[in-house]
Amino acid sequence: MASAVAISAPRPTSRRQVLIEKLIGCGFVFPVCVLLLLLNIVPLGVLALLSFTDYQMGAVDFGFVGLDNFAKALGDPVFRRAVTNTLIYVAIVLPGSVVLGLFAAVLIHGRLGSRPFYEIVYFLPITTTIVAMAAVWQIVLHPGLGPVNAVLQRLGFEPVMFLSDPAFALPTLAVIGIWQLVGFNMILFLAGLSAIPRDLYEAAEIDGCGSPVDRFLTVTWPLLGPTTMFVIVTSSITSFKVFDTVVAMTKGGPMGSTEVLLYAIYLEGFQYFNSSYASVLTLIFLVFILIFAVIQTFVLDKRVHY
Amino acid sequence: MAQVELQGITKSFGATRVLKDVNLSIEDGEFLTLVGPSGCGKTTLIRIIAGLEQQTSGSIRIDGASIDHLRPHERRIAMVFQSYALYPHMTAYGNMALPLTMARLHLYERIPLLRLLSPRRRSVMKQIDAEVQAVANQLKIGPLLQRRPAQLSGGQRQRVALGRAMVRDPAAFLMDEPLSNLDAELRVHMRTELAELHQRIGATFIYVTHDQVEAMSMSDRIAMMDGGQVAQLGTPSELYERPASIRVAQFIGSPAINILPGQVGPDGAVELLGRKLPISTRLPPGSAVSIGIRPEAIRVTGGGDPAAEVSLHAHLRRRELLGPEQILHFHLDRLESATVIVRLAGAQAPVAVDGAAELGFDPGACHVFDAEGNRVEVSRAESRAVPPQAALVQVGRAG
Repeated sequence: MASAVAISAPRPTSRRQVLIEKLIGCGFVFPVCVLLLLLNIVPLGVLALLSFTDYQMGAVDFGFVGLDNFAKALGDPVFRRAVTNTLIYVAIVLPGSVVLGLFAAVLIHGRLGSRPFYEIVYFLPITTTIVAMAAVWQIVLHPGLGPVNAVLQRLGFEPVMFLSDPAFALPTLAVIGIWQLVGFNMILFLAGLSAIPRDLYEAAEIDGCGSPVDRFLTVTWPLLGPTTMFVIVTSSITSFKVFDTVVAMTKGGPMGSTEVLLYAIYLEGFQYFNSSYASVLTLIFLVFILIFAVIQTFVLDKRVHY
Repeated sequence: MAQVELQGITKSFGATRVLKDVNLSIEDGEFLTLVGPSGCGKTTLIRIIAGLEQQTSGSIRIDGASIDHLRPHERRIAMVFQSYALYPHMTAYGNMALPLTMARLHLYERIPLLRLLSPRRRSVMKQIDAEVQAVANQLKIGPLLQRRPAQLSGGQRQRVALGRAMVRDPAAFLMDEPLSNLDAELRVHMRTELAELHQRIGATFIYVTHDQVEAMSMSDRIAMMDGGQVAQLGTPSELYERPASIRVAQFIGSPAINILPGQVGPDGAVELLGRKLPISTRLPPGSAVSIGIRPEAIRVTGGGDPAAEVSLHAHLRRRELLGPEQILHFHLDRLESATVIVRLAGAQAPVAVDGAAELGFDPGACHVFDAEGNRVEVSRAESRAVPPQAALVQVGRAG
C-alpha cells in the first residue's frame, strides 16, 4: 500500500504543475491579448460593421446599406486614382530604397574608421520629424529659391516645379520616401552583412571569385536572402502607408496627383465625415497589405531560407 | 603536385611581429604539418601561402615560380577551412562544382536566363558534372550531393569541403585545423582517411594543427612553430627523439615530457638532484640545465632496479588506468614540488597509491637543455654499453 502511494504520489503534483504552468503562461499572454483585442480586433470588427452602413461621423443612428459602399468604391474615380498613385509610389520607393540601402551597406561595411560616421549620416532622416523636413524639402525644391533648380538652370535646363507640376509631384514624394527609408534599410543590411562568416568570402576567393561582383553574387547576395526578405516586407508596408509627406507637402495635389490611399481615407473619414465609406476604403487597404504579406511569406520565404 | 618553397617570410600586424623569417621547403607530394601552440603563427603562415594574407617580406614559390603577385584563386592551391566554409545556400554538389564553374564559365554564363545564350555551357556543365561525381564517389558522398550543408553531419561536411578542394586538382592542399570541429571518435577516423587520401592522390599537403597527435600520426615531416619561427623541422620521430628545444620536447609527446632541474658538475658530468649521471656536456661547470625524460622511458620497481643505471626514490600519488596502459603520477622524495609522470603498459599497478617506488631510467634517454632551452649534445661519461632494457623502452614508446 505504501509503495502504491509512493508510486502514484508524483502524478497529482505533476498534474498540478502542468496546470500551474498553463496558468502562468496564460498570465503572460493575457496583457497582449487584451491590447490586441482592444486596439486591433475590436476596431477591425467595428470597421467591418460600419462598412455595411451609411453611418456618418457624429450621427446618432445609421441604416444598413449592404454592399452599396463597396460598389461605390469600385466605381469611384478618386479612389481608383488613389490606388494607382499608391502603387506607383510603392513601385518607385520599394526597389529604390532596397537597392540603395543594400548598395550603401555593402560600401560602408568594409570601412573601419569611417563606418560610424556614414551610419549616422544615413540614419539621420529617420530621426527627424517629417513635418520639419517637409519645410526643408520645400525650400530645397522651390522653383525660385531652391538650390536644386539653381543647379538645373546652371546646367541649362528649365526650372522644374517639383511639387506643383502633376507629372513631378508623385515621383518627388517617392524620392523623399526613398531618402527616408534608405538609412533604415542600410542598417538592416549591415546587420545581415555582419552575420556572414568571413571565411566564406575567403573560400570564395580561393574558389575563383576574384572580382567583387563574383563574391557578391556567390556569397553576399544569397546569404542576405533572409535580410532582404525582411527589408522588402517592412519597406513595402511602410511605403504603402505613405501619408505624412503628402499631408505636409502637397495635400494630395496638384490636381489629385499625389492623393494616395491613406490620404483618401483620411479625407473621407475625417474631413468629409463619411465614416462608412472610409471604412470600406480602409478594408480594401488592409486587403492590399494582406496580399503583400502573403506573397512575401509564402513565395519569397521558401526561396531565401536554407 | 608541386614543390612549395617559403623564403624568409615575415609578417607584422602593426608593431607585432607574427612571423619572423620563416624558411621552409615542402617537397612534391609531401605531407607537411605546421604544428604549434596557439599564437605561434602557423595559421597566419598558411593564410599567406593561400594568398588570403600578404606577407610583409619574403617570397613564396611553387615549382620554382614566385606566386607572390597572384590572387588566391590563381595560385593553384585549395584550402580546407576549420569551419569548412561551405556555402549554406548551395547543395553539396553546388559547393563542389563552384570552383570549376567559376574557372570555366564566364560571368554571363552563370547568371540565370542570360546563361541560356551560351552555346557551350551545356557541354562544360556536363564535363564538370562528371568530375564532381568522380570526386564524390572517391569520398563516398555520392548520395549526399543534393543535400545542403545544414542537412549534413560534421563528418559529411568535412568530406564536401575536401571534395571542393579536390575537384580543382590543385598543386597543393592547405588545411587549417580541418579536424578540430569533429568529435573525438570521428577525428581519429578522419585522420586515417586524410592520410590515406594523401597517399592515394599523392598531392602536396600543408596541414596546420595544434594537436601534436595529428601531426605525429599523419605527417611525412613536421615543422614545429614557436613564436613566429620554425623551432624544428623534421620527421615525426626526429622531433620526438631529438627535440631541438625544451619547447619542442614539451609540445611533442603525450603525456608531456618530464622536465627536472639539473646542473653541470665540475668534471662536465650532468647532475640530477645532486646525483651524478653518467653523461657529460661541454657546458661550463656550474651551468644550470633542464633534463627531460619521456614518461615512457621510465621504469617503476618496488625495490631497487638492478638494470637501471639511475633511479630516483618517489611516491605514487595518483594512477590513471587507460585500459591497455596506465599513467602514474609520482612525487620525488628529493624534490617535493616535482611531479614525474610515467606511462606504463599493462593494467597492473606496480605499487599501491602512496607507496614508495624506484623510478629507473637509462641516462641515454635523457634530453638535456641549456638555460635558454636549447638542446645540448651529451656524451657518455664512461664507455658502458646501453642496457638492452633501455633500448626496448625506446622502441616500445609508440604503444
